[in-house]
Amino acid sequence: MMKRTLIVLVCAATLGASALAAAAPAPPKGKATISLPGDAGMAFKPGPGAGPTMANCLTCHSSAYVSTQPVLSKAQWTAEVAKMKNVYGAPIPDDQVPAIVDYLTTNYGKP
Amino acid sequence: MIEIDRRRFLSGAGAAMGAAALPLRAAADSVQLPFANGERQVLAFPQKRPLLVLTPRPPQLETPFAVFDDGVYTPNDAFFVRWHLANIPQEVDATAHRIAVTGEVNTPLSLSLDDLGKMPAVEIAAVNQCSGNGRGLSSPRVPGGQWNNGAMGNALWTGVRLRDVLDRAGLKASAKQVQFDGLDGPSLPATPDFRKSLDVDVARRDDVIVAYAMNGAPLPVLNGYPVRLIVPGWYSTYWVKMLSAITVLDHVDDNFWMKSAYRIPDTPDNSVVPGSTGFATIPINRMRVRSFITSLADGATIKPGRTELRGIAFDGGSGIKKVEISADGGASWHDTALERDYGKYSFRRWKGELIAPSGTVTLAVRATANDGATQPVAQGWNPSGYLRNAIETYKVTVG
Repeated sequence: MMKRTLIVLVCAATLGASALAAAAPAPPKGKATISLPGDAGMAFKPGPGAGPTMANCLTCHSSAYVSTQPVLSKAQWTAEVAKMKNVYGAPIPDDQVPAIVDYLTTNYGKP
Repeated sequence: MIEIDRRRFLSGAGAAMGAAALPLRAAADSVQLPFANGERQVLAFPQKRPLLVLTPRPPQLETPFAVFDDGVYTPNDAFFVRWHLANIPQEVDATAHRIAVTGEVNTPLSLSLDDLGKMPAVEIAAVNQCSGNGRGLSSPRVPGGQWNNGAMGNALWTGVRLRDVLDRAGLKASAKQVQFDGLDGPSLPATPDFRKSLDVDVARRDDVIVAYAMNGAPLPVLNGYPVRLIVPGWYSTYWVKMLSAITVLDHVDDNFWMKSAYRIPDTPDNSVVPGSTGFATIPINRMRVRSFITSLADGATIKPGRTELRGIAFDGGSGIKKVEISADGGASWHDTALERDYGKYSFRRWKGELIAPSGTVTLAVRATANDGATQPVAQGWNPSGYLRNAIETYKVTVG
């Protein structure tokens, strides 16, 4: 027995005239102040290599930049760390790169 | 006079503007987006209702999709947020703010908000959508900001034409591109500052504006208070926030954010086979046509019988010609009724009705733009996860 599913057209309500707002707003004056929450309590997972990872990555961004990524391979994490160093100018010492890549692959990636 | 303006400013801006910083309010829940590592905290940032936190620093906040069912305009406190660099001013003085207009111009300018207020004001409804909206749905997945489809919003923008600003400065014959910079900056001096550029002919379009109001109120700080660029029909990477410098260039901008970032493959549909390398690229530009159901979510349960379906559609500026819905996963299609037209760059709301017996149905929605473009069944792939516009589907339980 074939089930029937129908979609029917619903007529739109009468179109209103495209009336503008009563008066256009003026440019703002004065100060606007906010207080951003920093990392909002988010943090890197503990484990070997967390130290250099935190010391370098947290300079510019929260741990969520890592934790929300898809499960990346070691090659992909290697490329990401290289991009941070070479493109965004992160002063990551060369001798810390392997530890950071291993930490990211172990905790946020796949072998 | 200043007092009057101040009151208007405060009332128009809602509770948070100008007041002491609001503490972060934690919402009770988090949500799971439909891909791996898709858990998101739901938190209220300053001047914002609780939104999905992609990253807290720099802030990247996604609009809960149900908001798009509430009206054609996305409320300022629900509008998505995306910053590239963490050095964001947390106090901005609109009275002291200036926009420097320099470079290949006859008369360099330093424009205040008051100066803008004395120029002809224009209003335009336009969708602001992140280039990577829906990146989390890429297959195969790609690195980058893992958005679901809530990195977009529609607002009524008020400001002055960029063209009027450029004409006031007077472009030299050598003018080739116009570069935009905002008050935000990098945490490290070595990180490229975020700057974007448009060709002169795009910058001089009559609908590209320097906007100081959004839905009738000042912009939230996180959306670029006191003034941002609006490039209707183009992805929001060009909509520079806290606009502070307009520099007319005599060359094609070669800064990182134009030359290396926000590039799409220069192929017929701007896609490539996953894993490809060595292809030519061009800067991302005009938005693709998209449509969504807003009255229910994927996985929803509805009652048998009649169910009203509502949604939105938009494109890169030709306007929406029709929106069709399917109750059999895209095998057959039925017209919907388009609602009021707020302009060719706006969300266009549509309405239809579903009559379904108990069981499961796969709904799908497809828009066609006035330029003839429509949405593909299969999403093309590119390494940055840009340009998503495949037909969206929604599995619904009826019973």
